[in-house]
Amino acid sequence: MSNEIHVTIENRLGLHARPAARFSQLASRFASNIRLIKDGKQVDAKSILEVLTLACPTGTRLTIAAEGPDELEALTALQVLIETGFAEYD
Amino acid sequence: MKGISASPGVAIGRVFVLDRRNRRIFKTYIAEHEVESEVQRLRTAVQKAGEQIQAMLRSMPDELREHIAILETHQLMLKDSMILDKSIDMIQRKMVNAEWALDHSLNHVRRLFGHIQDTYIRERIHDVEDVVARIQDILSGTQGIPMEQHTNPVVVVAHDLSPADTIQLNRKNVLAFVTEMGSRTSHTAIIARSLGIPAVVAVAGVTKYVFTGEDIVVDGITGDIFIRPDEDIIAHYTDKQACYIQHRQAMLLQSHLPAVTADGFSVSVQANIELADELDVAIASGAEGVGLLRTEFLYVGRNDLPSEDELFQAYFECVKRMSPKPVTIRTLDVGGDKFLSSLPVSPQTNPALGLRAIRLCLKEIDLFFTQLRAIYRVSAFGKLRILFPLISGCSEIQQIKVHLNSVKEQLRAEGIPFDEDVKLGVMIEVPTAVMMADLLAKEVDFFSIGTNDLIQYSMAIDRVNEHVAHLYDPLHPGILRMIHRSAEAGRLQGIQVGMCGEMAGEPAYTPIMVGMELDEISMNADSIPKVKHIIRRCNAGLCRELVNRLLTACTSQEAREILEDFLGRYLPDERQLTHPYLCDAARH
Repeated sequence: MSNEIHVTIENRLGLHARPAARFSQLASRFASNIRLIKDGKQVDAKSILEVLTLACPTGTRLTIAAEGPDELEALTALQVLIETGFAEYD
Repeated sequence: MKGISASPGVAIGRVFVLDRRNRRIFKTYIAEHEVESEVQRLRTAVQKAGEQIQAMLRSMPDELREHIAILETHQLMLKDSMILDKSIDMIQRKMVNAEWALDHSLNHVRRLFGHIQDTYIRERIHDVEDVVARIQDILSGTQGIPMEQHTNPVVVVAHDLSPADTIQLNRKNVLAFVTEMGSRTSHTAIIARSLGIPAVVAVAGVTKYVFTGEDIVVDGITGDIFIRPDEDIIAHYTDKQACYIQHRQAMLLQSHLPAVTADGFSVSVQANIELADELDVAIASGAEGVGLLRTEFLYVGRNDLPSEDELFQAYFECVKRMSPKPVTIRTLDVGGDKFLSSLPVSPQTNPALGLRAIRLCLKEIDLFFTQLRAIYRVSAFGKLRILFPLISGCSEIQQIKVHLNSVKEQLRAEGIPFDEDVKLGVMIEVPTAVMMADLLAKEVDFFSIGTNDLIQYSMAIDRVNEHVAHLYDPLHPGILRMIHRSAEAGRLQGIQVGMCGEMAGEPAYTPIMVGMELDEISMNADSIPKVKHIIRRCNAGLCRELVNRLLTACTSQEAREILEDFLGRYLPDERQLTHPYLCDAARH
């Protein structure tokens, strides 16, 4: 069983170095296996390098899929991070 | 040897060559029973690398705190599965040494990054390279940047310095930077200037001519460097260094004082900026306002157009932080040398003469309205002015005013507050605008002379074209006459006249600006203290005489001689500020 959510990247510069760092850092705090999916391409959400190679400018629609003991917690936390524009004005 | 002066100052000391390109990684096969210890060796090195970065983060000087994110990103990359897990897997499966496994992982990441379209993200590969180099250095027992151990300060000479290199060098131990790559706007240059460390960039082949431990003299004012200098050179530059330090301290102390000439003529010295981040430096340098806020940055590097709210936020940030000093917002100037992926225009054989700047805005009217609405909304919160680029005559300004009225009506209908009396200005950068300046002055509240494009358009010279670039010359008498004519037309009509091109930030030209009686000049923040200093040393009456003489010059050479004579006669003590210009002129 796995759960997934759909999100849209809305901060101005997209998933650039700093937001990507915060994203993978937060993902790493959960035990679940977390994948980031864009147009059918999947990467490990805990790897900043993989997240960067996905190249997500602002407006990109993404799916986050999580599977594991804390999957719902992880998805909620990541969703909040994205929806608050990574808690920074950049 | 000579390069581009990227940060002023004089340094005399020993060389430390930082060259990563010569790193050689050998492939070694290991035995099965060694695999476990090789993996452990890699883990230990990664651990140590993390500790090194942590130590740098702790000792980061305050001026560089904004760059902390770079090192924090390095921490994450260090333990990233694409680096660590992949390398461990490689050691276990192929039974190779950790150094080689790391190289293999790095090459894989390089290939993936090579496909990324966004240049900002693609260039992060340099951070990955930095991180891997750090681990490899620890593995091989060599220290990449053993600056922490250096007890004596050194001049760092490198092929190129990454942002991370520059910020992690212990600045107390760095006398100067010399690099083979780079430009005045590269990261090394910007950081060196913010730290006040001399830097010379674009010195071709320097790492081949100089070795760690040798003596070097670096003149960041002129861009000269001397390897293995003799006693005379050392004596000369020791003097120059002392003068420079004394000079700079005096200038910085006075940078907040107004720029008024000895005989009471005052000029408002303002900053050209692109990002709100630059405001702190601008204010600290003594800027009396933002004379040019370039807005292109908000549009580039993305696939869609910024919303009105985004523009509002960005402008608001600048206006709020600059308040009560004014901010001049220039509407979008793209299509000439900057293009947007969100707004493709069909290829033009001559983009500089094509659909760009105000022409693009008047064609893509939604694009224009979004900007105008955002600007007017911000006008309720502080002092701002609007500047329109690439105006060729009165018809554009008449069209603009029709749109401005629609925008104001919209806002009124929506009950959104705004300043009814926002000042409007035009860039004087198209030759016909100069010819029409007397009538344009009746239509607007201020002029801002954009010398870069004005020279390019009126002399018919493409600065990027190496065959004609040497002909580009702000001292061409025709250019001086155009500036003079525009300034006079504005003055007769009682409107403010300013200049925001590169010419405005060149201290050697400052007496000309004073003599033309410009009300304001706007420039990069690091020029402000120098230019203010020169203005205080000038006598406006003498400067007006200088301009009168320049207007009679027949050739650029003649104009240059008149200016040099003036500088030598009236500003002999300011030679260090005007000297770079004299050197540039000598090269022509």
